[in-house]
Amino acid sequence: MKKENIIFSNLYGKHDESIKGALKRGDWKNISKILKLDKQDIINKIKDSGLRGRGGAGFSTGMKWDFMPKTAGRQHYLVINADEGEPGTCKDRDIIRNEPHKLVEGCLISGYAIGADKCYIYIRGEFYNEAKILQTAIDDAYSKGFLGKNILGLKINFDIFIHYGSGAYVCGEETALIESLEGKKGQPRLKPPFPANVGVFGKPTTVNNVETIAVVPTILRRGPEWFSSLGRENNTGSKIFCISGHVNTPCNVEEELGVPLKYLIQKYAGDVIGGWDNLLAIIPGGSSVPLLPKSECENVLMDFDSLKNAGSGLGTGGIIVMNKQTDVVGSIARLSEFYKHESCGQCTPCREGTGWIMRVMKRLENNECSFEEVQMLEEVTHQIEGHTICALGDAAAWPIQGLLKHFKKDILKRIQKKNVA
Amino acid sequence: MPKIFINEKPIKVDDGITVLQACEVAGIEIPRFCYHERLSIAGNCRMCLVEMENSTKPVASCAMPVAEGMKIKTNSEMVEKARKGVMEFLLINHPLDCPICDQGGECDLQDQAMAYGKGFSRFVEKKRAVKEKHLGPLIKTHMTRCIHCTRCVRFSEEVAGNNQLGTVGRGEDTEITSYLEKTIDSELSGNVIDLCPVGALTSKPYAFVARPWELKKTNSIDVFDAVGSNIRLDSKGDKILRVLPRINEEINEEWISDKTRFAYDGLNHQRIDRFYLRDSNGDIQESSEETVLKLLKSKFSETDKKKIFSLCGNLLDCESIFSFKSFLKKIDSNNFDCRQDNSFFIPNKRSSYLFNSTISGIDDSDLCVIVGSDLRKEAPIIGARLRKKSLVQDKNYPVIRIGHKYDLSINAIELGNSYSSILNLQKNMYKKLIAKAKKPLFIIGQGPLCSPEGEEIFNYLLSLHNSLVKDASWNGFSILQNYSGRVGALDLEFYNKKNTKRNNIKDIYNGNYKVLYLFDADEIDFSKIPKDTFVIYHGHHGDKAVSRADVIIPMPCFTEKEGIYVNLEGRAQISRQIKMPIGGVEHTWEFFNKLSTEMGFEREYNSLQDIRNSMFDQYPNLMKINECKSEKLFKVKYVKRSFSKNDILSNISNFYMTDSVSRNSPTMSSCSLEINNNI
Repeated sequence: MKKENIIFSNLYGKHDESIKGALKRGDWKNISKILKLDKQDIINKIKDSGLRGRGGAGFSTGMKWDFMPKTAGRQHYLVINADEGEPGTCKDRDIIRNEPHKLVEGCLISGYAIGADKCYIYIRGEFYNEAKILQTAIDDAYSKGFLGKNILGLKINFDIFIHYGSGAYVCGEETALIESLEGKKGQPRLKPPFPANVGVFGKPTTVNNVETIAVVPTILRRGPEWFSSLGRENNTGSKIFCISGHVNTPCNVEEELGVPLKYLIQKYAGDVIGGWDNLLAIIPGGSSVPLLPKSECENVLMDFDSLKNAGSGLGTGGIIVMNKQTDVVGSIARLSEFYKHESCGQCTPCREGTGWIMRVMKRLENNECSFEEVQMLEEVTHQIEGHTICALGDAAAWPIQGLLKHFKKDILKRIQKKNVA
Repeated sequence: MPKIFINEKPIKVDDGITVLQACEVAGIEIPRFCYHERLSIAGNCRMCLVEMENSTKPVASCAMPVAEGMKIKTNSEMVEKARKGVMEFLLINHPLDCPICDQGGECDLQDQAMAYGKGFSRFVEKKRAVKEKHLGPLIKTHMTRCIHCTRCVRFSEEVAGNNQLGTVGRGEDTEITSYLEKTIDSELSGNVIDLCPVGALTSKPYAFVARPWELKKTNSIDVFDAVGSNIRLDSKGDKILRVLPRINEEINEEWISDKTRFAYDGLNHQRIDRFYLRDSNGDIQESSEETVLKLLKSKFSETDKKKIFSLCGNLLDCESIFSFKSFLKKIDSNNFDCRQDNSFFIPNKRSSYLFNSTISGIDDSDLCVIVGSDLRKEAPIIGARLRKKSLVQDKNYPVIRIGHKYDLSINAIELGNSYSSILNLQKNMYKKLIAKAKKPLFIIGQGPLCSPEGEEIFNYLLSLHNSLVKDASWNGFSILQNYSGRVGALDLEFYNKKNTKRNNIKDIYNGNYKVLYLFDADEIDFSKIPKDTFVIYHGHHGDKAVSRADVIIPMPCFTEKEGIYVNLEGRAQISRQIKMPIGGVEHTWEFFNKLSTEMGFEREYNSLQDIRNSMFDQYPNLMKINECKSEKLFKVKYVKRSFSKNDILSNISNFYMTDSVSRNSPTMSSCSLEINNNI
């Protein structure tokens, strides 16, 4: 990716993250010009840019904003999902740490576009230091007159509040986040009604991921055409990838969508430990997506559509690399344990199913399963998938489905070996 | 009306209903656990999944509103797979203890597992076990059986209004609990037993007593308060084993109070099944009917008729009261009353003692003024209806309350505790609020009406009501009666029309009467009755009155006879006979037959129908079973404008012990002990 196209120029925190440094990097530049644009204009520009939500589902951001009721009278809210808890993902944390003003500015512009004058940033409780940095950024923006009442004399009011989460993974699901924000137990709501109609405190609400909002100012400054020129068709722009696991230099890196996975790992993460040929499998989009075996990793491109075609998903862009020294069954069993622990317990398939598949996975890890049970495990994951209120059930099912799709033969061999011995 | 397609069949359904309801209209059964008509939608059991065109996933039909042209499939492979899957998940951690589970035979999970389940289990891990919870003397828990449908939690939030049940924990460790395992402090708590689709919450008094298919089911009505809830009495042999609600949208919807549900065991304790006389030592001795009849004859003929007073009790059916009244007419005794509490009403004006708005009228009202009525203790069902109105139907429903404070879980404007606080209604602000309402509801409790100021308060409130309410078609001036027999007795004019001074009870205490006939009347202060008053007690329970009575005459209780009761709305309903009277006690009317022949009158009634025929001749409104005639309000002239500073107290201080039956019920005693801390 060309250096001038980089959005998060201080992703690594090498420069000043305070408002002084941010202004120097071009944040808040011409903000009054942007705020003079028509609301619908901004929404159309975001639509034109092809920006898709960076939180995992990849829904068109402009379209989401367009769902908000246009008639005045009801209070609208913008809620920022900073409850980054997806295993293998740490992009929002670095944005808040090193580029907080991109987020704050994005909040103002997006809030203005959807007609909200209040914004809640629901931040993961563990991000204590990051939230302090963010609060400083918000305070600085207030003192510069970028937030508050009658911003820059444009008769726009906008307030940002930070709300700490209490450590539930499911609160990253937008309706559970809304429930939690309202002070209730973090359990996803039934949809419909969608948050755009009935959200926080029953009012129209848009919930967006940190990264999605943080790129909005840059898109408007550099133009939607610029953003859509990056990446591939329908998968435009750049994205922060978080590479972790068995690589020599785990890192966050901003790259264009559609970059080859192999290139990404070899260029930025110093290759797989033990060399590319020592690669076993990669989970390309945070723990909730099915893994890809090495054969798939060779040529796959890192964007929504091509990963979907490869049988996985871009998710949050958290790339978890596993080399051949990994017990892949054990790794997925650990993820199953995570989902069992984080299931909210509201609806039946997820509440009962996650515990069941975790227990089977734990036995599978020790090869204490019969062949039939491997088959049963796959069926049970399909019984969970698509039958739950939120996507956590799917997220618990997919890693196992991915594992069984690509490693079933090995697993059966392992069981056979154990039975013989 | 949107047109939708269910299994390719077109059907037109009402706007705004859900797919599940539409399927019901089409006659297609959708299995469900968490969905309940009277509770909010949770959509968490996932049993009601159906296939919808243009949706890759099956959708929860209970939560999906219908839309024009929607195509639903309930019989596809996708639906079958979803149901089987959900069923399997529900069963993996559900214990296989149906043979020792009280829900067995009437268990939703059992039934639906038969219809939609797989028939075998693939689950080999250890099943979850959950510690039992203490929820009080009424609800037995077996939380391992819980399927987390949260019906009980939603009930406690939305209907009982106490938020005392909730979920703690997450994922498969989720548990339903009352948080600190405190006894649930609600008069409606027993309803969670009916709501629970499995055997997690069952009835403690009914534990291990019977199987549902062994029970004889009799539809009847409740007599423990004036609401007249519709119930089903389940009995085996001559024992009543449990009481369940019956749906009646006009009255109790499908809830009943805990007293209705559990006080029946009082019918097996302290029953009077023979005649007794008090001897010269002051001890009561068993006697015979002949002796008693002779004694009564001599008492009635020797005593000056003006010195005889009769009181009838609160749980009596109309036929009993009518037969008693016709006996009193024969012996020319005119001193009788049905009010042991001196409650104020205006003779021959039904609207002065009825709940004029009717219970279902609460749903239509748009404002409520409660004066001196503790709805939780006096009529929990009406409290729940009002709560539904203000919590679910209309969140801005204004409630103004005067009287001692209690937790009704309704946001109310509190205007003060004392009688003089009633004058606050005169303030401009509240006057305007009431005048703005199209259908204001005034609920006036028996506490203020029974007080010495009862008449003035009645007149004041009625004239205020008349001056503020313009719509003549709406009568929201509602008196909340407390006792099931009261309205019937007033309809039967069981009071002395000439004496309207409300001093009967005082006269009894002052010794103005030589003979006092207590017809199932237990609620007066027996220590105040002078020693030389001859007290006759005719009742079914050896309660307070027997300690003072000189003669004790047995009578069957309400489950042992058929009778008409008029509820607080003025709706006549029939209470059915479940079993033969205990100890072969004869019917009340038969006793009065014998007494009048003993005294030389002609035998009048040969059957219950005879009494009914002559009763219906005089009081035709009792003939209209289940009907509620609306009554016109009237004008009052004199209005007093100052009241005392005394606190307005409810007539009922202990919900669990309001009459001779509930005072003798072991279950009600333990409730009283655990919840009210008194016995």
